[in-house]
Amino acid sequence: MMFGWTGVILRVNLTNGEIKKEPTNMQDARLFIGARGLASKILSDEIDPKIDPLSPANKLIFAPGPLSGTMAPSMGRYNVVCKAALNGVIAASNSGGSFGPEVKFAGYDMIIVEGAAKKPVYLWIFDDEVEIRDASDLWGKNVPDTTDAIRAVTDEDAKVACIGPGGEKKVLFANIMNEMHRAAGRSGVGAVMGSKNLKAVAVVGTKPIEVADPEAFEKAVIDARKKISEHPVGGTGLRVYGTDVLVNILNGVGSLPTRNFHDGYFPSADKFGGETLTAKYLTRPKGCFSCIISCGRVTKVTNPKYAGEGEGPEYETAWGFGSDCGVDDMDAITKANYLCNELGIDTITCATTIACAMDLYESGYITLKDTGGLAIPFGSAENMVKLVEMIGNREGFGDQLAEGSYRLAKRYGHPEFSMTAKMQEMPAYDPRGVQGIGLHYATSNRGGCHVRGYTISPEVLGVPFKVDQHATEGKPQLVKTFQDLTAALDSTGSCLFATFGIGADELAALLSAVTGVHYSTEDFMKAGDRIWNLERLFDLKAGFTGKDDRLPDRIMKEPIQTGPSKGEVSHLDKMLPEYYKLRGWDTKGVPTEEKLQELSLI
Amino acid sequence: MAKFIMIHPDKCTGCKNCVVACSYEKENHFRPSASRIHVYSWEREGISVPMMCQQCSDAPCVSVCPTGAMHRVFGSSLIEYDSGKCIRCRMCVQACPFGNAVYDSVTDQIIKCDTCHDDPSCVIACPVKAIEYVEENVATRSRKKAFATKFKEAFQEVA
Repeated sequence: MMFGWTGVILRVNLTNGEIKKEPTNMQDARLFIGARGLASKILSDEIDPKIDPLSPANKLIFAPGPLSGTMAPSMGRYNVVCKAALNGVIAASNSGGSFGPEVKFAGYDMIIVEGAAKKPVYLWIFDDEVEIRDASDLWGKNVPDTTDAIRAVTDEDAKVACIGPGGEKKVLFANIMNEMHRAAGRSGVGAVMGSKNLKAVAVVGTKPIEVADPEAFEKAVIDARKKISEHPVGGTGLRVYGTDVLVNILNGVGSLPTRNFHDGYFPSADKFGGETLTAKYLTRPKGCFSCIISCGRVTKVTNPKYAGEGEGPEYETAWGFGSDCGVDDMDAITKANYLCNELGIDTITCATTIACAMDLYESGYITLKDTGGLAIPFGSAENMVKLVEMIGNREGFGDQLAEGSYRLAKRYGHPEFSMTAKMQEMPAYDPRGVQGIGLHYATSNRGGCHVRGYTISPEVLGVPFKVDQHATEGKPQLVKTFQDLTAALDSTGSCLFATFGIGADELAALLSAVTGVHYSTEDFMKAGDRIWNLERLFDLKAGFTGKDDRLPDRIMKEPIQTGPSKGEVSHLDKMLPEYYKLRGWDTKGVPTEEKLQELSLI
Repeated sequence: MAKFIMIHPDKCTGCKNCVVACSYEKENHFRPSASRIHVYSWEREGISVPMMCQQCSDAPCVSVCPTGAMHRVFGSSLIEYDSGKCIRCRMCVQACPFGNAVYDSVTDQIIKCDTCHDDPSCVIACPVKAIEYVEENVATRSRKKAFATKFKEAFQEVA
């Protein structure tokens, strides 16, 4: 009998229509756990990192983890792993809801999609029955309509992950949406799905997930639930205000990037913060599978100009369409969020690409002629909302923005306007005001990204302990620890927010109890280190080098102009060499043979 | 006094902790299809509703059962199921107007909520008290009071 893992991988080749069920390599499963780790191992083994991400040679893996589907708290996450459309790194884009657990209930540790279909198709999975079905009628539909249409012809309660027009048109930051509102947002995994002509994956599962040591498991669950629900962030802050609670917190420490990172402070930020969202927009909180936090926001905008219903905005979205675009109109911000979800595009890269365009426009490098008559200085809320639709449908000027800010800024001759690390847009924490997160952005294996080394916890929130946000001392170790912990955590099926309450000890206990494979805290952290290095090797083979572990010049040279972090720049150069050393990498950022041996990677 | 499981869809977040807790309590593994409680979510509206056996006083599942397997013990508010007497005719499944009696082919049993014999696991697992196990006679008191509060506030505004 299998515990935690199902022991079966579903492999679907869209080029020749072949559907296979293979045994999970259990030796790899022990080393790389599942989800992000195990899927990255499979991708690394099976594709050449140099391929064009939008070619049929790329593979798209939908991967829950061994804890997915159990009642360990907040285990609703799964990862979509492939070579990233946006920037060519190894992508593991993480989403919540119930889709991941449903894949497990259908009997699979993961679903590997290969090749490309000649015409639009979707995948229908009901336990052992797997069909590739025609999706011609679905092509062009937005995310909610696609979801409803598939349920009408499969099962009314099917869990559906799909792309919208953004993925179909290969917007380079298109996402994959499941259950209408949850997004595997970053890296452009939706464009990869679109390149395969795969509109959706619909799943119903009725099989069991077994637990190896019920007694230890029950004890670990009670312990973990207690710690999360008693935590001020996990138990209260996120449930009451959602992630958007961070707006006022980050603005309060002068690290809320403003107007394409020209500044780190936005005086009217409260207008789009969590307190405002709760008071004026929130209908009710929503939780992913087995979540006890419920940070999801079911919301409504009544202003006729931007009327709509949906979920969000999350902090990153409110910030991106908010201060980063110089906008404080929460109606417009929320509407932009709804549109991104319906069109199936990443809110972070969408918003920050618009911010980059506004910056280029204000500097005169982009003119009305380029935008098709659309005036887009910072703060133009109405045209920002228009641009979201134009991007999702690749219409007019939106077609240029659909390539992301790196290509946009380069096209207009000013690559320094793109606020990216490894060609992916940095999120909502100014790396000049918070030093550790800057080192993380620069070294993250998927480029600019906050959820793989969230040092904001200790640097700003004081969780589990407070460190000085402006200091560089100790940050390389902090970044490495958070990156390793998150790599292991992401591989279990857990939500990152569980760390507002629990850590490696509790996760290792849950994983051991469910799978029957003993993981000490050290084993668990080492698995994270292993996964991090595996991803690094992929990126190096894809053509990235240590020279790409950098931040934009603006972050290194132009100080924050106003607010509590005024005068600060990033001191990345002070931290990077120590980080390499701690990682066991040479001075060029390449893992040493000794390190790879230690991690069983060679 | 007897208790019953009261649902509050306005509080439900759709997390399904109740569903997994039930399946684990009853079947010792995680299999939502074998759970006695289900949560349906309407994603466009963002509403979720938990559903389980209502323990009807005049229960169709009991009325149609030809062997007395589905029965009420005298003095109890619970509808109980006796697997030994059951001939798996699935008449109860057909009769339940809520769809809350289900035949499970894996265990060859009729599955339905039995309130875990007065200590429902789903209620313990719910992180937001969207399902509660409450005294029947006062069950709706807090719901009534919540509405009464709205009246009170309206009157206060007028006055």
